[in-house]
Amino acid sequence: MRFRNWLAILAGVLPMSLVVILVFLTAYAWPAIRFNGWGFAFRDMWNLGNLYADPVMSAGVSIQPGAEYGILFLIAGTLLSTIIALLFAIPVGAGAAVFLAEAIPGQLRTWISLFVELLAAIPSVVFGLWGYVVLIPFLGHHVFPFLASRLDLVPFFGGPPGSGYGLLTAGIVLAMMVVPLITATLRDALVSQPVALKEASIALGATRFEAIRYILLPRTRGVLIGATFLALGRALGETMAVLMVSGNALNYLPQNIYSPISTMAAFIVSQLDSALQDPSGLAVKSLAEIALVLCVISVLVNAAARLMLAAWGRTFSTARGA
Amino acid sequence: MATLPTSVPGNGRRPPLKMRWTRRISTMLGWTTCGLALLTLSGLMVWILEMVFVRGFSALTPTVLTTVTQGRGGGLLNAIEGTAVLSGGALLLAVPFGMASGIYVAEYHYSRWASVIGFLADVLVGVPSIVMGYFGYVTMVEWLGWNFSVAAGAIVLAIICLPYICRTTELALKQVPAEIREAAYALGASDRRVILRICLPAALPGILTGVLLALAISVGETAPLLYTAGWSSFMWDGHLTHSPIGYLTYAIWTFINEPFASANALAYAAALLVTGFVLLINIVARFTLKRTSI
Repeated sequence: MRFRNWLAILAGVLPMSLVVILVFLTAYAWPAIRFNGWGFAFRDMWNLGNLYADPVMSAGVSIQPGAEYGILFLIAGTLLSTIIALLFAIPVGAGAAVFLAEAIPGQLRTWISLFVELLAAIPSVVFGLWGYVVLIPFLGHHVFPFLASRLDLVPFFGGPPGSGYGLLTAGIVLAMMVVPLITATLRDALVSQPVALKEASIALGATRFEAIRYILLPRTRGVLIGATFLALGRALGETMAVLMVSGNALNYLPQNIYSPISTMAAFIVSQLDSALQDPSGLAVKSLAEIALVLCVISVLVNAAARLMLAAWGRTFSTARGA
Repeated sequence: MATLPTSVPGNGRRPPLKMRWTRRISTMLGWTTCGLALLTLSGLMVWILEMVFVRGFSALTPTVLTTVTQGRGGGLLNAIEGTAVLSGGALLLAVPFGMASGIYVAEYHYSRWASVIGFLADVLVGVPSIVMGYFGYVTMVEWLGWNFSVAAGAIVLAIICLPYICRTTELALKQVPAEIREAAYALGASDRRVILRICLPAALPGILTGVLLALAISVGETAPLLYTAGWSSFMWDGHLTHSPIGYLTYAIWTFINEPFASANALAYAAALLVTGFVLLINIVARFTLKRTSI
C-alpha cells in the first residue's frame, strides 16, 4: 500500500504540471484580462501606447496612455491558416492512407509508411528553414504571380500576389506537418478492418476500390474525424515554421490568400522583445493572455480528439469481439 | 452501411463481363488520386531531405564541430553541447516522473486517479510548446529570477517530454502478459516486487524506446527554449541558473536570417545535425517498438 501511494504521488507531477501551467498563466495575465475584457478577441489592434509617457490608471490597471490590445487579426490568421492546412491535409492524407493500406503489399508498405510518416518527426524549425529557403522563392516567384493573374476574378485568389510569405504558404507548410498524423491513423484503422467485409463486397461484384470507398471508408469516418481534430490541435499551436513563412503581419486582416498573416503562437515569439519595452508590463501580460487562450483552445480540441478516437476504439474492439 | 451505386444484375445468371464505363472510370480515377496523394507526400519528404542533406553536408566541416560560434561564423560546438545539456537535463527530470505515471496508469488502471492521469497525459501532449515556453518565461525566468538559464530550459523541455514517456511506459507494461503478474502474486510477491522486479525488466526495451523518442522531441524543439534558455556563443559555464546556453535549433532559426554565407552555412549544418539525429532515433524506435500510438 505504501508503495502504491508513493507511486501515485510521483505520478501526480504530470497532472499537476498542467494545472500549474494554467494557474500561473491565468494569474500572470489577470490584469490584462481585466483591462482587455471580451473585446480582446474582437478588436483588430495591438498597440503598446505611448511608451515615453507616465503610466496612467485604467480599469484598475496601470497602462501606458493609448495602449489597446486586440487580437482579431491573430485569430483570423490562426483559423485561416489552419483551415487551409486541413483542406490540403485531409484529402492528401486520406488518399495516401488508402493507397498504403490497400494497394501496396506487405513489406513494401512498411517501408513506404515509415518513409512518409517520418515527415512527422522532422522538427518544426527545419520545416521553417525549408519553407524559407526553398518554398517561398518557388511560390513567390513562379506560382503566386501565375495564380493571381489567372484567377484574378476569383474572390481571395486575385489581387497582389505578395512576396511568397503569407497565408497560403503557412497553410501549405502546416499541411505537411500534420498530414502524417492523418495518414498514419487512418491507415492503421483501414488495415485493422475485418477482411470479410471487403471479400463480401467484392463477391457481390464491387471493384476493390468500390469496396474501400463504400464499405471500408464509411466505417473509419470516426477515426478520420478524430485524426483531423488531432491535426487541428497541432496546427493551431505550431510556432516556428509559421513564424518563418507567414510574413508576421501586425494589425492586418488578410485581403487574399497571399496576404501576410501572423498566428497566436508565432506572435508570442515575434513580439516578446518589443513587449518588454512596455514599462507598465501590460504588453507582456497581454501576450500571456494570448498564450492562455491558445492553451485552452488546444486543450479542448485535443481532448475532443482523444475522446473521439477512444470511443471509436471501444466500439470497434467490441464489434470484433476482442 | 452504404449501398453500391449501381445494382449488380444477378437473377441467377452469370455476372456481366463488362462493367459500366462510369464505374470503370471512377475506379480508375479513385486509384489514380490516391496514388498521386501518396506520391505527393513522398515527393515532399524527398524535397525536404534533399535540402537538409545536400546543403547540410556541404556546410558541415570539421571546424563546425570543434569550435564555438564567433560573430557571423565559427562553429557550433557550444550549440551541440547546449543541446546535449538541455536534453539530458530534461530527460533526467522527466524519466522518473514520466515512468512513475506510466507505471501507475498501467498497473492500477482500475483506479480513478490512473484514468485521470492517462487522460491528462493526452491533453498535455496537445498544449502548444510555445505556451510551455511562455509559462517557463513567466515563472522561472521572471518570477523566480533565474534569467535565461539551463534550469528553466530543461524544466520546460521536461514537461514537454513527460506525457510521451508516460504513454510509452504504459504501452510497454500493457504488453507484459497478465499471467506473469498472476504467477508472481500467487507466489506471494508484493505490489512493489511484482512491478519493479517482474514487470519493469520485461517492459524495459519498450520504455527505453519511449525515452529515446522523448529525446528526439526535446532535441528538435525551438519555441519553448527561445525565452527560457536564451542563447550563448560560449561553452556552458556549469551554472544552472543566471547563465544562458546555446542550442542547435536556435542556430537554424537565427543564422538563416543573416546576410552572410558563413552564418547561413552554420544554419544548414545545424539543420543537418538535428534532422539526422532525430530521424535516426525515430527509425531505431520504429523497429524496436511494435506499435507506436504517438
